[in-house]
Amino acid sequence: MPGEAVTRPSQVLSDDTLLEMYRLMLLSRRLDERAWALHRQGRVQFHVSAMGHEATQVGAAFAINRGVDYVVPYYRDLAMAIALGCSALDFMLGLFARRDDPWSAGRQMPCHFSDRDRHIISGSSTVATQVPQAAGLAFAVRYRQRAGLVDPQDETQPRLALTSLGEGSTNQGEWHEGMNWAGVQCLPLVCLVENNRYAISVPQTEQMAIPSVATRAAGYGAQGESVDGNDVLAVYDAMHAAVQRAYRGEGPSLVEAHTYRLTPHTSDDDDRSYRSREEVAAAGEVEPLLRYRSVLLERGLLTPKMVDDLEAQARARVDEAQRAAEAAPEPAPQEADSPVLAPLPEGLA
Amino acid sequence: MADMTLIEAIRCALDEALAQDGRVFITGEDIGRRGGVFRATQGLYEKYGARRVMDSPLTEMGIVGVGIGAALADLRPVCEIQFADFIHPAFNQIVGEAARMYYRSAGGWRVPLVIRVPYGAVPGGGLYHCQSVEALFAHIPGLKIVVPSTPRDARRLLHGAILDPNPVLFLETKYGYRQIRGEVPERDAPLLPGPARIARSGVDLSLFAWGLMAHYAEVAAERAAREDGLDVEVVDLRTLHPLDRDSVLTSVSKTGKALVVHEDNRTMGFGAEIAALLVDEAFECLDGPVKRLAAPDVPAAPFNRGMFDFFLPGPDDILAAIRDLAAY
Ligand SMILES: Cc1ncc(C[n+]2csc(CCOP(=O)(O)OP(=O)(O)O)c2C)c(N)n1
Ligand SMILES: [Mg+2]
Repeated sequence: MPGEAVTRPSQVLSDDTLLEMYRLMLLSRRLDERAWALHRQGRVQFHVSAMGHEATQVGAAFAINRGVDYVVPYYRDLAMAIALGCSALDFMLGLFARRDDPWSAGRQMPCHFSDRDRHIISGSSTVATQVPQAAGLAFAVRYRQRAGLVDPQDETQPRLALTSLGEGSTNQGEWHEGMNWAGVQCLPLVCLVENNRYAISVPQTEQMAIPSVATRAAGYGAQGESVDGNDVLAVYDAMHAAVQRAYRGEGPSLVEAHTYRLTPHTSDDDDRSYRSREEVAAAGEVEPLLRYRSVLLERGLLTPKMVDDLEAQARARVDEAQRAAEAAPEPAPQEADSPVLAPLPEGLA
Repeated sequence: MADMTLIEAIRCALDEALAQDGRVFITGEDIGRRGGVFRATQGLYEKYGARRVMDSPLTEMGIVGVGIGAALADLRPVCEIQFADFIHPAFNQIVGEAARMYYRSAGGWRVPLVIRVPYGAVPGGGLYHCQSVEALFAHIPGLKIVVPSTPRDARRLLHGAILDPNPVLFLETKYGYRQIRGEVPERDAPLLPGPARIARSGVDLSLFAWGLMAHYAEVAAERAAREDGLDVEVVDLRTLHPLDRDSVLTSVSKTGKALVVHEDNRTMGFGAEIAALLVDEAFECLDGPVKRLAAPDVPAAPFNRGMFDFFLPGPDDILAAIRDLAAY
């Protein structure tokens, strides 16, 4: 309605941005599906999937200053990494554990993202370890601002740290200790909890005595909010509020995005022992990619023809990345014994 | 030149580092207004304010984890763990995170973090304020471990640790804090982790030690010279990881005999690594068994004074071990 106040930040996203979000979700999904197929064919050793989490991750990434703000993701964040500018080839090089895998040179499992230029911090497989580190990055942001080393308004500098993890991982001490630190020091930290209701096989009801992880925020003086994690624009809105709060110096937030993983935990898991096929099928009905596609079709931003074209483009990128990664060289075996210590800077050695 | 205790030299280095580099900040439990439970940071809060000298919440995992994050963002955190005994909650952050960051990101990220850790037996400390932890961490690739035994080295090694682009565990003998004194030059270049120090050169026997035991080793070696005419070479390792292997091997190639002294318990202590190195690479030079003088295999020095003295090797024990090995 003309004159009506904008109530949702996502309402002012440009058509291009809305379509870009779709393209990235789609690319992540198709990469993910290809990885499962390659695993079934015995061509890759392992895959950990983001399928079902794409709206959560892309919505979150778009709410920060992508490539500038610090991001400390976890193993399930393929769509987030793609939304932060990592390429299909980056992913495939890691999947095939090639020498030129930019995240770890074939040392870590796939999807252990790391990109210095994009301010994506290398993560381990150990859950929740990234949370105090993210608090430390947020501390550094604030330290530099208070020391007068950077202008708090300068958008070329990191102004917050975003970290993410699963709901099960919020039972770890590191999560609590990191959140408490961020809270007591009022640090610009945003913690995204991707709540897919299971930690491998153990349901949330056996992980914590509360239905919503967001209520845990209160214990740390953080702002907590739950959102439909299958609705990319709703995630964007919730994250936008949290991000702006961080930029304004109002302290940490916890955004809990309710979603569902459409696949087993990893390629090593079989989820049939702990999730009914009915439950999984029902989740497929409300999964985020199809859902966002209908929204865009309804708004007239997408047409059936565009849907097909974008599919073809995504598929071509996946094909090309796979081809290039498969043809890429393996690391020399003796690179296992690469340095564990950084060399001393010039002039010190 | 100034005469300083070990802890004064550490405080001096912290003060200088804060003054020299705006990226340096220190954090830990009670290190602000209280100046640290050992007073290592006394006066720094007043001088540099809470932004640079920041009391942390009571969480070792947080102190190290936040330190890692700040280091990734190119600050230069110097974190204090109040007692080595309480470092274990941070083990995961040190071993799984800080030490692996460089390798796991194929050199993409580095962690220029210093963790100061008062360690070792102190009278009245009891089982949970006396632990030695060097061997637990020396096993870990990707960490540097520094243990100064003189005020001069404490000051210049702390500067070197802060300049190093890697995580450094800086172990401070708390029993030595006020017991060890020495001359500290007005101006001194930083010393990067690495080289050992020949504290006393000699030809009859090599004695390897670090921290408080290096201090005691020098005392025992002087007595061996005076009382027995034995010329003992004392090698203060100073850095356990990476180990100055050349200094170890060179010394034993000269003396043919090696004694390692540590206050950490014997089994799988760092002395075992020295012994293995010598057997492996200096076998032909050895004129006797590689001996270890170490604390018994119990958790830490007991509270009772008699038991404490039994636990902790002292100059007398070292002298006896020197005599035994020299007579072999
Ligand atoms: C400290 C630690 N313990 C156990 C594991 C093994 N593990 C990997 S993922 C996982 C479940 C994590 O569940 P959640 O936090 O909900 O994240 P999700 O995988 O569901 O996204 C477990 C137990 C681990 N990686 N780290
Ligand atoms: Mg989960």
